[in-house]
Amino acid sequence: MTAAVVREPVADRLRWAVADAFAVAGRDVAHWRRQPVAVLVNALFPVLLLLMFTYLLGGGMVVPGGGGYRDFLVPGMLALAMVFGVEATMTAVVTDTARGITDRFRSLPMAPSAVVAGRCLADMASSVLGLLVLVTAALAIGWRPAGLVPSLAAIGLLLLLRLAFLWIGIYLGLLARDPSAVMAVQILVWPFAFLSNAFVAASAMPGWLAVLAEWNPVAGTVTAVRDLFGAPVGSGGGWATEHAALLAVVWPVVLTAVFAALSVRRFQALSR
Amino acid sequence: MTTTQQAPAPGATAAERSPAVRVRGLTKRYGQRTVVDGIDLEVRRGEVFALLGPNGAGKTTTVEILEGLRRRDGGEVLVLGEDPATAGRSWRDRIGVVGQATGAGDALTVRETLDHYAVYHAEAEGTDELIAAVGLTEAAGVRSARLSGGQRRRLEVALSMQGRPELLFLDEPTTGLDPVARRQFWTVLERLRAGGTTILLTTHYLDEAAHLADRVGVIDAGRLVDVAPPEEMGGELRARSTVRWREGDGFRTVVTTEPSAVLRDLLAARPLAELPDLTVTRPGLEEVYLQLVGAVPASGTATDADGGTR
Repeated sequence: MTAAVVREPVADRLRWAVADAFAVAGRDVAHWRRQPVAVLVNALFPVLLLLMFTYLLGGGMVVPGGGGYRDFLVPGMLALAMVFGVEATMTAVVTDTARGITDRFRSLPMAPSAVVAGRCLADMASSVLGLLVLVTAALAIGWRPAGLVPSLAAIGLLLLLRLAFLWIGIYLGLLARDPSAVMAVQILVWPFAFLSNAFVAASAMPGWLAVLAEWNPVAGTVTAVRDLFGAPVGSGGGWATEHAALLAVVWPVVLTAVFAALSVRRFQALSR
Repeated sequence: MTTTQQAPAPGATAAERSPAVRVRGLTKRYGQRTVVDGIDLEVRRGEVFALLGPNGAGKTTTVEILEGLRRRDGGEVLVLGEDPATAGRSWRDRIGVVGQATGAGDALTVRETLDHYAVYHAEAEGTDELIAAVGLTEAAGVRSARLSGGQRRRLEVALSMQGRPELLFLDEPTTGLDPVARRQFWTVLERLRAGGTTILLTTHYLDEAAHLADRVGVIDAGRLVDVAPPEEMGGELRARSTVRWREGDGFRTVVTTEPSAVLRDLLAARPLAELPDLTVTRPGLEEVYLQLVGAVPASGTATDADGGTR
C-alpha cells in the first residue's frame, strides 16, 4: 500500500468504490440503449419458451396432484430465465477481457472491486427488466399470482437465484480464454434446465432422475416460487421438495459464496 | 492539449528528478520458461524510450509488470517512485496505459467513450481537448466499432491521456496499421513528447524506434542486449566496417574497426594495381539490430576482426 492510499479514509474509499461500480454498470446501460434490439431479443426468448411450452406442449402435460400446466409452468420459466442469465454475464465478462477492457479497468485509478461489482449491478438490473417482461407476458396469457406480498417474496427468491448464476457467469467468463467458450455453456444449460422440476414435476420422472431433478439448485427456487404464487407444486417428492423454501435460500447463498470466492481468486490471478 | 506535464524544473523535488522507471534484475517466469531474465532498465523523465525486440522477446510482459497488471518473480521495480505491485489508485492516476487489445466493437461514439472513462479519474482532461490532440475531431461522433484501426489506436491514446499522466505506456501501438496511419500515430506521440510526457513504448519496428525514441533498449529472449540512442545503437558492432574487394575469382573481405589503416596497408602493398570492386561499408541500423537479436550472425565472426588480410 502506498502512503496516499493508507491516508485515504475508509468512508472515502467506500464511496469511491460504489461510485466506480455504478459507473461501470452505467457503461453497460449505455450499450444497451444503443442496441435495443439485442436487449429485446434477450428478454423475449423466455417469453417464446413460455408460449411454446404452454400452447404447443402444454396440452399433453399432466401435473401430478392436479392443477393447470400454465400455472405450473410460469414459476419454472421465471426461474429458468434467471439461470439463462449465466450466458449474458459470461458473454459480457469474456468479451470485456478479450477486448482489453478488463485490463484497462485494472490500469485505471478506480476501485478494483468496481469491475465485478459493476457487472453485478448491471446484470441484476437487466434481470429485473427481464422478469418484468416475462411476468407481463404471463399475465397476458391469463396467469394470476396469489397475492402481492408472497409474489414479491417470490421475485426476491428469483433474484437471489440470479445472483448465484451471475457469479457462476463471472467465474466462467474469467476462466474462458475467448468468447467461443460461451457456446459450450449455452448448450450445457439446456440439459441442466430440463433436469429440474421447471417443466415437469420431479415425481413424474424415473426414481434416480427424480432425485437429481429435486436436488438441482434451481428446483428449490421453482417449488418455493410455485408455492408463493399459489400455483400447483406437483404432488409427491422427497425431503428436498418438502424443504424447498429452505433450499431456495441455501442453494443460491452457497453458490454465490463459492463462485464469488473463486471469481475473486481468478481476478487476482489475471496478474500472474 | 491544454495541460501537460512539463519536464522537471531545476528546482524540482527529488521525486521529480528521479527516473520515471527504475528496474533492477527484473525476472518473470511462466512455469519453467523464463520470459524476462534479469533486466536492468532506467527511463528518464521526459524521454521517449522504446523497447525494441522480436515477438516473444518479453516486451509485453516487462511493460505489463511496470504497469502493475502483472506480478514479477524477482528484481526491483520503481515506477514514478512506487512499486507497481503495491501502488494504489493515486499512482494509477499518474500513469497512462495503451494495451495491445483494440476494444473493437464498442457501440459508443468516440466522444461518449471519452466522457464515460472520464468518470474514473480524479481530474480528467477535457474530452474536446483530447479529441483534438489525437486528431479525431472529425470522427468524434462515430461509434468506435466503425473507426479505422489507426483511429481506434488514437482513441486508445486519448483514453490513456485522460488522467494527464506523467508516464505513458504504449504496447506495440502501431502493429497492424498501414503506413499512413502509422505516420499519423507518430505525429500524435511527437506532440505528447513535446508536452513533456515520458513515454515507454514497445515495438518490433526498427524504423519506429529510430524515429520516435530518444533511447532504444533492444530486448531479446528476455534480456536487454543493448541500450543506446538509435543512432548509437549496436556500439561496437556499428563501428565495424567491412572492406571488400575482388581478388582473382572471388572476393576478399576484412572486418575492421580501423578501415583507414586497412586501406593504407592494402594500397601500400599494391602501389600500382587497381583494386577491383573496392568497397568500405558500415552496417546499417537494421543489420545491427538483426545481429543484436541474433537473427543473423554478427559480422566479424566469420572473418578476422582485427584487420589482417587472409
